Amino acid sequence: MAKTGILIETENNAVKETSLGVMTAAAGQEIIALVMDANPADVKDKLAEYGAATIVSVKAASGDTTASPDLAAECLATAIKEYGLQALLGTASAIGKDLFARLAATMDSPLVSDCVAVDVAAKTAKKSHFSGKIFASLKVNADVFLATIRPNAIEAVASPAGGEIVEFTADVADPGLVVVKEVKKGDSGKLDLTEAPVIITGGRAIGSSDNYKMLEACAAKLGAAVGASRAAVDAGYATHSMQVGQTGKTVSPKLYIACGVSGAVQHFAGMKTSKVIVAINEDKDAPIFAKCDYGIVGDIFDVVPVLTEKL
Amino acid sequence: MKIFVCVKHVPDTAATIKIAGETGYADGDIKFIANPYDEFGVEEAVSLVEKEGGEVVIVTVGKADAVATIRGAMAMGAQRAILVKTEGQFLDSALTAQALKAAIEQDGMGDMVITGKGSVDTETFQTQYRLAKLLGLPITNEVSALSVDGGNAVAEREVGGGDKQVIEMGLPCVIGATKGLNEPRYPKFPDIMKAKKKEVKEVALSDLGVDDNSGNVVIEKLEPVPERSGAKMLEGSVDAQVTELVKILKEDEKVL
Repeated sequence: MAKTGILIETENNAVKETSLGVMTAAAGQEIIALVMDANPADVKDKLAEYGAATIVSVKAASGDTTASPDLAAECLATAIKEYGLQALLGTASAIGKDLFARLAATMDSPLVSDCVAVDVAAKTAKKSHFSGKIFASLKVNADVFLATIRPNAIEAVASPAGGEIVEFTADVADPGLVVVKEVKKGDSGKLDLTEAPVIITGGRAIGSSDNYKMLEACAAKLGAAVGASRAAVDAGYATHSMQVGQTGKTVSPKLYIACGVSGAVQHFAGMKTSKVIVAINEDKDAPIFAKCDYGIVGDIFDVVPVLTEKL
Repeated sequence: MKIFVCVKHVPDTAATIKIAGETGYADGDIKFIANPYDEFGVEEAVSLVEKEGGEVVIVTVGKADAVATIRGAMAMGAQRAILVKTEGQFLDSALTAQALKAAIEQDGMGDMVITGKGSVDTETFQTQYRLAKLLGLPITNEVSALSVDGGNAVAEREVGGGDKQVIEMGLPCVIGATKGLNEPRYPKFPDIMKAKKKEVKEVALSDLGVDDNSGNVVIEKLEPVPERSGAKMLEGSVDAQVTELVKILKEDEKVL
């Protein structure tokens, strides 16, 4: 069994579902969960249920890791050495991608980003190349296997383990190059697109920003996040933080419902690894119908309210 | 200000990618373009220099054909360019970072280095971090808003759900640009003509004194991502179609 660290992400002192999937990606290995942003006692039960043999609460001797991503990376590098980790996996979230790239640069060690599958023991990973057109199977030759996992690409499966809590203080100095001064809150209470298990997206056919309310009502029933196509963002109907696809976000939910999205190759680049794709479009010849799982030909303003009602 | 913008020559996102053998790409007949995220970087650098004075230098690591991409960036307003010539187009991120560092230092460090947030070819999303580390500079990636005031830069980056970090760094620094930062301009005909006369300095990777440290990540196999073969189209009234869809999603697909 390879000693495998998992960088856990939390929200409101609860483990994010996507982090549990990352633990499952390392199933069969000795899992050491690294927690930097929560009280370990609050997350112990969940992490033990999903396979953490040990939970290491990582802190810096001085400085604030949430305000200095370089300090956070230094702490992780120190923890890897301290616990003799042969691998460290994390989520390919905005925070995870940034932290792992800093860590890889600091350690001068290879990193495989945004993987859809990994084999920790073999140090191999599978990831997309060319906007989701190709899967590349890669082998890493390094002492420590660093990889981030695409959110929701691996479904979390419970696998109980000990979950013993250990405190670790990294005696490192804050490089202090980059300082996070504040975090501006976006639309409060909105689910993060990249981590949402279900996404409903509105394309150009949505026609106005106001009409997204129809999708939000449906999303509330689905427990979904609301996305937008590039056409809808460029038309000013939605913000860039909602954009799925090339120049937007890459998502991999279990269910993706595209409403009035034509299905350009650049849109597919951001959502084709979704488990199930449903398209609703008025145009029966829309390209999206050739590459989705279920299709409904119809006006989104007729179909979506009925869907909301029946959920 | 002197701003370097690292621009990558990548296959058009609409191009069909062909695999050669088990582990190679047939890149001969594909249309190449500037990496889309890098265009936000070029625009940002050009508009900063228009305001503050100075020059924008494009740095590209790639094969000889990449000069087409460089000319495009120059048509947007960059003054000169450096092409680090390589045999193949798809280099390891660690080696690319070393090549960029050597080219930048040979030219003389500037006030800022801007890259795209990542490239759309091999999607490793780390070269700019390795470059920053090698140069000993601060880095912020996925920057959607930037202001420069004296010796400081303030950048905003989204961290999920629309939340944005506001980050302060001293200059020089490395910025990874993404959509939202600006609207890249479309070069006009006279700009395209002028760009043809601008200086592109070519230097061979082997002349930069860089140790080839690639090979830590080896491609074992490439395969096309399976395409869905057409949707099951639901039929009947809107009510009947939606009823069937919900039933399928619950009972067959078990995703609800």
